[in-house]
Amino acid sequence: MGSVNATAPPSALRNIVPAFRTFAAITGSGFRRYSTYRQATVAGAFTNTVFGFLRTYVLLAVAAGTASGLAGGYDREQLVTFVWAGQGLLAVVALWGSTEIADRIRTGDVASDLLRPVHPITMYLAADLGRAWHAVLTRFVPPVLTGLLFFDVYLPRQWFTAPLFVLSTALAVLLCFACRFLVNAVAYWLTDIRGPMIAWLIGSGVLGGLFFPLRFLPEPLMVAMWVATPFPGMLQTPLDVLVERDAPAMRCGLVALQVVWVVLLLTCCTVVQRRAERRLVIHGG
Amino acid sequence: MSVIEARGLRKEFTVRVKRSRLRREKRIVHAVDGVDLTVERGEMLGYIGPNGAGKSTTLKMMTGVLMPSAGEVRVCGYTPVPQRTKLTRRIGVVFGQRSQLWWDLPLRDSFDLLRHIFRVPAADHASRLRRCRSLLDLDEFLDIPVRQLSLGQRMRGELTAALLHGPEVLFLDEPTIGLDVVSKQAVRSFLTEVGVRGDTTLVLTTHDLADIERLCQRLVVIDHGRVVHDGTIDALHARYGSRRRVVVDLDEPVASYSGAIVEADGRRLVFEVDGSAAAVVARLGGLPGLRDIAILEPDIEDVVARLYKTTTEDAP
Amino acid sequence: MALLRGQISAQASYRVSFAIDLGTNMVATMLDVLTVLVLFRVTKALGGFTLREAMVMVGLTALAFAAADLTVGNIERVKLYVNTGRLDAVLVRPLGVLPQLLLMDIPIRKAARSVFGATVLGVALASADIDWTVARVALLVYALLGGVLFFASIFVATASVAFWWIESGEIGNAFTYGGREFTTYPINIYSGWFRRVFAYGLGFGFVSYYPALALLGRTDPLGLRGGRGARAPAVSVAIAAAPAAVWRVGVRHYRSTGS
Repeated sequence: MGSVNATAPPSALRNIVPAFRTFAAITGSGFRRYSTYRQATVAGAFTNTVFGFLRTYVLLAVAAGTASGLAGGYDREQLVTFVWAGQGLLAVVALWGSTEIADRIRTGDVASDLLRPVHPITMYLAADLGRAWHAVLTRFVPPVLTGLLFFDVYLPRQWFTAPLFVLSTALAVLLCFACRFLVNAVAYWLTDIRGPMIAWLIGSGVLGGLFFPLRFLPEPLMVAMWVATPFPGMLQTPLDVLVERDAPAMRCGLVALQVVWVVLLLTCCTVVQRRAERRLVIHGG
Repeated sequence: MSVIEARGLRKEFTVRVKRSRLRREKRIVHAVDGVDLTVERGEMLGYIGPNGAGKSTTLKMMTGVLMPSAGEVRVCGYTPVPQRTKLTRRIGVVFGQRSQLWWDLPLRDSFDLLRHIFRVPAADHASRLRRCRSLLDLDEFLDIPVRQLSLGQRMRGELTAALLHGPEVLFLDEPTIGLDVVSKQAVRSFLTEVGVRGDTTLVLTTHDLADIERLCQRLVVIDHGRVVHDGTIDALHARYGSRRRVVVDLDEPVASYSGAIVEADGRRLVFEVDGSAAAVVARLGGLPGLRDIAILEPDIEDVVARLYKTTTEDAP
Repeated sequence: MALLRGQISAQASYRVSFAIDLGTNMVATMLDVLTVLVLFRVTKALGGFTLREAMVMVGLTALAFAAADLTVGNIERVKLYVNTGRLDAVLVRPLGVLPQLLLMDIPIRKAARSVFGATVLGVALASADIDWTVARVALLVYALLGGVLFFASIFVATASVAFWWIESGEIGNAFTYGGREFTTYPINIYSGWFRRVFAYGLGFGFVSYYPALALLGRTDPLGLRGGRGARAPAVSVAIAAAPAAVWRVGVRHYRSTGS
């Protein structure tokens, strides 16, 4: 329809507004969907909080055991902030992920997603942003407040840390979405995706910086992980931005690296989806 | 202009069959094996066949979900897979065994979301929804999350969801499967209502031949991926020699009677007739000791069962 | 036994995914150990314990948890069963509910974790300069049995929650996986009420910390009376009795209220 004269600004503009409304409506549905699971949300926030205590004490013990009192270049307060903000972000980016899309592919329900005038990835992404926004309110805030209440936390000192952290978190959500989609899309080719799923959990947990800050690793290894894999961009980067671990220029560089990975992986998602649709076998009739 | 046009439509699947511990064999299954089909605007088409005959696969190729292996198909002037996004606005699809609704959200939210996804003008959306609400009695469960609905309620929701963007063609894949009698009736009378307007083309696959008898003038039977019958239900009966029967009960056994008697069992006579039974009944009217005359319609289930059987025997 | 054999062959038939599974499971198990090693790259000691000493706790935890997970870890699924009503099908069969749930899917991949846990413990014990006596060998065996039983009962207890609270989500993880995390490290690194609740209130302190102290011949930096280490496994067993009762009540609750 509009593709022929898409270059003409009025037509493009006319298309953008409804497209945005559609996207926003799907995002809203993602938010509402998760708000129906109140009890599971409470349970999840509780579990994140318990792990917050565990990880804080372990990292504080690590710092206490070093000569300088610093662990991986973080002081005690930075470690506390790192852990508690990390426990909150974990749910916002949905690091653990789910096999929901893979299940839809396996059962054939994915056919319904193809029968809508919106690209499936756009639909999934919009819904995931709604989920993420719900998690910001319900899963990020409780652990962060608990950390504030029970420990001495590091509060950012530079004004631009706040917007940079928000940007970095948004990129982390996109990045994590793209990775989860790719892992789920394996189901187009394999019926059992438990293997890739566990590989993903390990990759995201270790290389994302959940189990320990990546700075604890030998420098060359750490740099390699950061540049060669998207994982650090999902947790470690926003957290390092928040605790102002590096010089401002370096922090901006890390966020730029996130942008590169987001573009790369989202492109990958569309290619995979296109190829999958061509070879699609809808199961169950 | 035809709404749907398919020429030599084929779909092959490769399945791996395990022969022994190590050896696996690839086998090609022809799910749809050269289907030609033309459907005109406003038609109500029943598409039937035994399990695995290729009904759903055909439907999926027509709706842009599956890529045909060979052949051509055009729906509303579009080639389904490459032009899927455009096509989705012109067609509605209901899968009896899977849901298009948002499982965790109330029906109302799903409908509202569909309005945004299909970018339907608010007024059009509202009027279509109003019509469906009254025809399908949706009001009592509009605010209940879909996962808590009964199958019948959900199916009424699915039908509404498929029609809210005003599709030209409505594809229904087993819309009455698993439904109770009351819900089946509700679905059928709703579809009749949609069909009589004449602006929506209906393509329906089903196991339940009662759906076809109630709804469709035209019947396409597919078996082993091929069309084995395409015509009216009457044409099917004519072709397979199923006729109406006139059953006559008498007080006394009759020794002999002229006519197309298929059964004569003492006091009961059974005649077969083509077309109207009036002539036979008139002749029988004067018969002494006449107790009762009954006219039995041919049973479509029988015809179709016979049809499947013959095509299976013919199959290579 | 037939159930079990059926499971093994059913799983082994998916060879490729089985190989991937096994590999990733091994890595997943190694992660806990890897994490400890990474932490000790940064620091010399955790709570006053060297890497060699801490590894005894890591090994005890790894083996006890893996063995418990192998035997009763499947019970986590009861949530799914209650949720989908499939528990009804289990209840009409002439077998106990617990054995049926456990036999339904014996994950052989989890067996690999136990093997790995045993290896870690072996290496840790060999390198920890333990002055072996008969009493210490007995204590080790006794501590392991206690630890397995303890983690098993945590699995049962957290799974039982589903009978009353269907949407309990991941709350059980806080105590199963959280508990494992807790016992991986010496408990003196935790402080205040948090340590009291987990170590003594819930009993996690007796799984690896006190047995390890006794094996290593160290006094408790927390200054509690000596000899607690030897009694620790007994404490585990005592604590483990409770969840069994909770489970029974839970099943009865399900039967009486339905779902």
